[in-house]
Amino acid sequence: MTMIFGIPVQALLGQLLVGLINGSFYAMLSLGLAVIFGLLRIINFAHGALYMLGAFIGYLLLVHLGIGYWPALIIVPLAVGLFGVAVERVALSRLYRLDPLYGLLFTFGLALVIEGVFRYFFGVSGNPYAVPAQLAGGTNLGFMFLPNYRGWVVVASLIVCIGTWLLIEKTRLGSYLRAATENPELVQAFGVNVPLLLTLTYGLGAALAGLAGILAAPVYQVSPLMGSDLIIVVFAVVVVGGMGSILGAIVTGYMLGLAEGLTKVFYPEASNLVVFVIMAIVLLLRPAGLFGRDG
Amino acid sequence: MKGPDMSEPLLAVRDLNAWYGEGHALHGVNLDVMRGETVTLLGRNGVGKTTTLRAIMGLIRKRTGGVTFNGKDLMRLPLHRVAHQGIGFVPEERGIFATLTVDENLILPPVVAKGGMSVDEIFELFPNLKERRNSQGTKLSGGEQQMLAIARILRTGVEMLLLDEPTEGLAPVIVQRIGELLATLKKRGMTILLVEQNFRFAARIADRFYLMDHGKVVEGFPVGQLSAHTDKLHEVLGV
Repeated sequence: MTMIFGIPVQALLGQLLVGLINGSFYAMLSLGLAVIFGLLRIINFAHGALYMLGAFIGYLLLVHLGIGYWPALIIVPLAVGLFGVAVERVALSRLYRLDPLYGLLFTFGLALVIEGVFRYFFGVSGNPYAVPAQLAGGTNLGFMFLPNYRGWVVVASLIVCIGTWLLIEKTRLGSYLRAATENPELVQAFGVNVPLLLTLTYGLGAALAGLAGILAAPVYQVSPLMGSDLIIVVFAVVVVGGMGSILGAIVTGYMLGLAEGLTKVFYPEASNLVVFVIMAIVLLLRPAGLFGRDG
Repeated sequence: MKGPDMSEPLLAVRDLNAWYGEGHALHGVNLDVMRGETVTLLGRNGVGKTTTLRAIMGLIRKRTGGVTFNGKDLMRLPLHRVAHQGIGFVPEERGIFATLTVDENLILPPVVAKGGMSVDEIFELFPNLKERRNSQGTKLSGGEQQMLAIARILRTGVEMLLLDEPTEGLAPVIVQRIGELLATLKKRGMTILLVEQNFRFAARIADRFYLMDHGKVVEGFPVGQLSAHTDKLHEVLGV
């Protein structure tokens, strides 16, 4: 068997794949966080809960209505996005003029409420969500065995990340978004409906979290705690990438996922820590994050 | 110009008061701007000239009094509806966006009425901008940024420009170009309310002046009476 640094190649590639899968979810979630923080200046602590909500809506659609994975891939982001729109209209929009701490406290409280509701009805144990039949099984790549669904998750998350990046960097709507991130008052004085832009942005961020949730359902167990397990790492990703940086969130998401995977091979005891060690080092050397603008 | 009553002011400001937090910045500003006129607000730093423009646009929400444009009450409109009535704003700090290219900066403000310039016409007027259309907006020189700040409003088809100190910090040759540009706009029928410290620059293009002091308009006079007011101006402006 081929070895690298005394580690079988199979094990190395296997862990790298796990890292890439985790990184895919980190990237999609930190992307939404970055978009929301950039424009709304709100640290969305409810992001993990929205991700969990996405997975649960998918699960409930399947169990109660018999609606399967593929339709859920459309329905779930729409539903979570609409929920986000409602949250922004009803609550967040009233907090913009106050200290940013209120937005943070509100979204933190919202996360606790959403998770509490689901814990009340479903307990804390995980519910399985079957891999869709079209993506069951795996493919032998010669050097390793790739479960099809995991390959699909990586591809789907790349599509989502690149699509969102193009939307923000290359379209007119995206130029409104970037300009409003810099100077919302002036953009509104030019005649752009900035309050509506804020609502849609939170909705988009929520929809991304929901989509990540339904993509995650067949990989991880659908459980009320799945969001809070992940969100801490995702916040570390956003900090390392640079608060509000879209590209930073995407690249750092995949990078830290891979770093975690590698650490599991070489020094498993540190695999839960490595992300935070990297965060500490980056904060020491580049306080604005890898892709953040200084000052 | 077409249609509407020419004897009514296009912009009428009545007893406008404005506050920054607790600070009372405007104490009952009254002014009129007729269609096609160029009117300049003069006054020392801190007397409320910029605040007047910002309160007219609605960028300062804590305000009382009346602002009507084209007979329409602007006080009740949300900020993003004001531009759609036909007013464009060029802020003192120019407001060029660093994360947008020159092109993106140029087409950022939505078109609010027909009759605006096309991007091609604008590039004819500002060849420098065309050369640098893919550069980051804030990589332009100060003069180019000012041109871009004005150019992007010309695209929108507004009837009136609120211009806050367009010559501030610019070299004399650029100041002259901006003077020529404003003269061109005036010929095309644009109505302009200008805030300017550069008195000689303003004297070349303005039809009328308002002198501000302590958050109020203290005097108004046409360009013809400029020499008669020289002593007063020296006293109030401290120049």
